[in-house]
Amino acid sequence: MREIYMDHSATTPVDGAVLETMLPYFREKFGNASSIHQFGQEARNVVEEARERVAGFIGAKSSEITFLSGGSEADNFALQGLTSAYSGRGKHIITTSIEHPAIIETANYLEQNGISVTYLQPDKYGLIHPHQVEDAIRPETFLISVMHVNNELGTMNPIGEIGAIAQNHGILFHTDAVQAFGKLPIDVVAMNIDLLSASSHKIYGPKGVGILFIKEGTQIDKLIHGAAHERNRRAGTENVAGIVGFDKAVEICENVMTEEAARLTVLREYFWNKIETSIPDVIQNGHPTEKIPGILNMSFKGVEGESLLISLDMKGIAASSGSACSSGSNKPSHVLQSIRLAPELLNGTLRFSLGRSNTEDDIDYTVDALSEIVERLRAMAPVS
Amino acid sequence: MYSRKVMDHFTNPCNVGEIENPDGVGEVDNPTCGDMMRITIRVEEGVITDIKFKTFGGGAAIAASSMVTEPVKGKPLKETVKITNKDVAEELDGLPKVKLHCSLLAENGLKAALDDYYKKISYPYFIM
Repeated sequence: MREIYMDHSATTPVDGAVLETMLPYFREKFGNASSIHQFGQEARNVVEEARERVAGFIGAKSSEITFLSGGSEADNFALQGLTSAYSGRGKHIITTSIEHPAIIETANYLEQNGISVTYLQPDKYGLIHPHQVEDAIRPETFLISVMHVNNELGTMNPIGEIGAIAQNHGILFHTDAVQAFGKLPIDVVAMNIDLLSASSHKIYGPKGVGILFIKEGTQIDKLIHGAAHERNRRAGTENVAGIVGFDKAVEICENVMTEEAARLTVLREYFWNKIETSIPDVIQNGHPTEKIPGILNMSFKGVEGESLLISLDMKGIAASSGSACSSGSNKPSHVLQSIRLAPELLNGTLRFSLGRSNTEDDIDYTVDALSEIVERLRAMAPVS
Repeated sequence: MYSRKVMDHFTNPCNVGEIENPDGVGEVDNPTCGDMMRITIRVEEGVITDIKFKTFGGGAAIAASSMVTEPVKGKPLKETVKITNKDVAEELDGLPKVKLHCSLLAENGLKAALDDYYKKISYPYFIM
């Protein structure tokens, strides 16, 4: 059976060149980067090289990059570490209702510990407007955390403008850039970003590696205590092979990012045009212009998302859904609820996230399959 | 995640559709997850001679709808009222815990259709 992977926002396959670069660091070059002997020094060197590249990729200094296990740890570290360091001074955090659970659940946890949190609601496109952020600022606000790109909709927030507001008020600004990193140019200086989370496995690198960028001079407490790894910011032996792979994945992004973004934009528009002409009663979600190239989020009226996903999977097509029945919690996605999607569309939502492997031919096959599936499921549904 | 039987019933469900001028209609929904089901039945001399369903829902909801209708056809009403969602889930070789409510939708749909039939013939017995 044909296999078409269109779930690149969930994760990506490790690039062949990335894997090749990593392999020696499991066997021959297995040293602990903290060891003084040559095995350790070899590991130390590649970790520092990687740090330099990742830093340069976002306009940071290498001393501002902390390697850790991934996006969720980075988000937890940022929110918990800052809250702890600012205890007694800051009592209020501004974030949004469409963040990844790594932010929302951490913010909920901090609320239980006496921090007050404002969750800004996006507009119907999933966009957070800078004036909303400014209006929510209180004297006791110490942190603003707004995601760069929303993982379900692909909508891009005006991070630079929000960063400027934070700076004008002397408030820290964190952004979860997991879905933006490697897809859009990021400049932490120009965008006034104080902390930024990013992950390797979303950009054809290995799972289990990510970074938190922490601007020089920022006071933050540790999340993981232990030895003095990562400039005493994150204890634990460095995941050398993972970091080397992340380095290579970033190097590839540096080379292909612009051209891949252009290709995916064309592919996504082709996809949507084909859907629109072959399937009735479908709408596209997310911002019409302010969005990343690879994500196409659509709602099909009168069809349930999990049924769509299973049917697509049986035809070898991998996508994802924000519908209640596919989430495991039986509640529709918090993002779709936040953009106040009509109830009859809420449960018929699919997200396709395109990536390097996808071609026009994949889209043709997928649209054919999808129109057949939608027709079958609609015929099976009671008319409401 | 789903058993083979669930997948079979999802791919090729039995008794999909709608009976014209049915003797009983059951319409139920699950407001939490948005699932909806409509069952229509034909009853002749105390026996369900035909049953059809239409369901809006995930894999478990469609499979459970198919499964609840299958054994009912040709059975006297008295026997069908005993069918529970547990039976449906068991017949499907089990459902994931978070999907058990989908089989409840199927049970309630069938009961609502039977109920509607009993009301129509003014039988003094209600299930729901």
